[in-house]
Amino acid sequence: MTERIPILRIGKTLVVSVQFDLEDQTVLNLQEDLAEQIVAKSAQGVIIDISALEIVDSFVGRMLATVAAISRVLDARTVVVGMRPAVAITLVELGLSLGGVSTALDLEKGLAKLSRPTSSALR
Amino acid sequence: MKRDSAVDLVGLLSVEGEELAASWVREVATSLGGRIGVAELDRELRELHGALREALREGAVDVHSEQMSEVRALLTELSRNRARQGFSPSETAMSVFALKRVLEPVLQNGSAETIRAYLQLGRILDGLGLFAIETYTQTRDELITTQAEQLLELSTPVVRLWDGVIAVPLVGTLDSARTQVVMEKLLQALVDTGSEQAIIDITGVPAVDTQVAQHLLKTIVAARLMGAECTVSGISPQIAQTIVALGIEFDGIVTKASLADALKLALRRSGVDMVAHEGVQR
Repeated sequence: MTERIPILRIGKTLVVSVQFDLEDQTVLNLQEDLAEQIVAKSAQGVIIDISALEIVDSFVGRMLATVAAISRVLDARTVVVGMRPAVAITLVELGLSLGGVSTALDLEKGLAKLSRPTSSALR
Repeated sequence: MKRDSAVDLVGLLSVEGEELAASWVREVATSLGGRIGVAELDRELRELHGALREALREGAVDVHSEQMSEVRALLTELSRNRARQGFSPSETAMSVFALKRVLEPVLQNGSAETIRAYLQLGRILDGLGLFAIETYTQTRDELITTQAEQLLELSTPVVRLWDGVIAVPLVGTLDSARTQVVMEKLLQALVDTGSEQAIIDITGVPAVDTQVAQHLLKTIVAARLMGAECTVSGISPQIAQTIVALGIEFDGIVTKASLADALKLALRRSGVDMVAHEGVQR
């Protein structure tokens, strides 16, 4: 039995905290659970905290993009928070720029980002 | 036979015993022109002399003999010191070769045996001289590498301009190694200071080519992945023309001409308003 990652709810926001390095099956389970929970709790925002994640591969990178795309279809915004420098460099070197995913430095800033109305880029 | 020649060599070095070492020290001291303390030189060379005599007694045939390990260790230390003190390679090698010159007088009314022994010792000393130069070069290379690393560290400071706004002023030519350092430092600074705005200022970068642009893009994307926004500032007219001529596209990345503009934008993005007071002379 592979581990499942708990999904917590704060108001209209779901918080997923990844505490260990991910296996492929865990990632697939998370994707499934999250889609179910967004519908069940009619969530409007999803925060994925990966501050404890030290190693990523292209599969995990793609998972983040897929989860964001799934939530968007279900009308919820996704924010990935707490990415480590080494992880960010790895993803860039892998050629994954996670185009449609919002990011924030930490959980607090992520929540603040979700509470703001969709702001158009300031130039 | 071998045993005999070894005894001959030792004999050669032991002729006049301490006297020989003393004149060796004098010879080297003259060649170094007093830039090194005589006491230190005396200690170094006497140790070397003793070790060499011991090695030859045990039957060492060349520099790489096992019996020579003590001599090699002493010589390594000597060459390293010379390299650090800024002596030239020939001055370093002279410390060894001077011994040959000091021994020359024994040739004058020496037997055939003595001359053969002298030649053999000469070969060994040549080997030792080359060894000294090799160690010298190695030490120099190490020094250069360390300095290059220190320079790398010096040239990439990350400064905090405001609460939540950091900047990296880049000066000098950018290459892969430097950009890697810049990237790591910038990203780490974002985490450490909790900044959401970063400015990369390239006023001091003389030229931008496709590779440099590629590196900048990578850094900016990595910062974005961590949840920070990056602005590139300090683009000179020439660099702007080069960027367009090369067909480099900074998709979705804000670029500003000056650091002031970039700071203004960063402050606006982090919700800071700046108000100019009326009546204040500027």
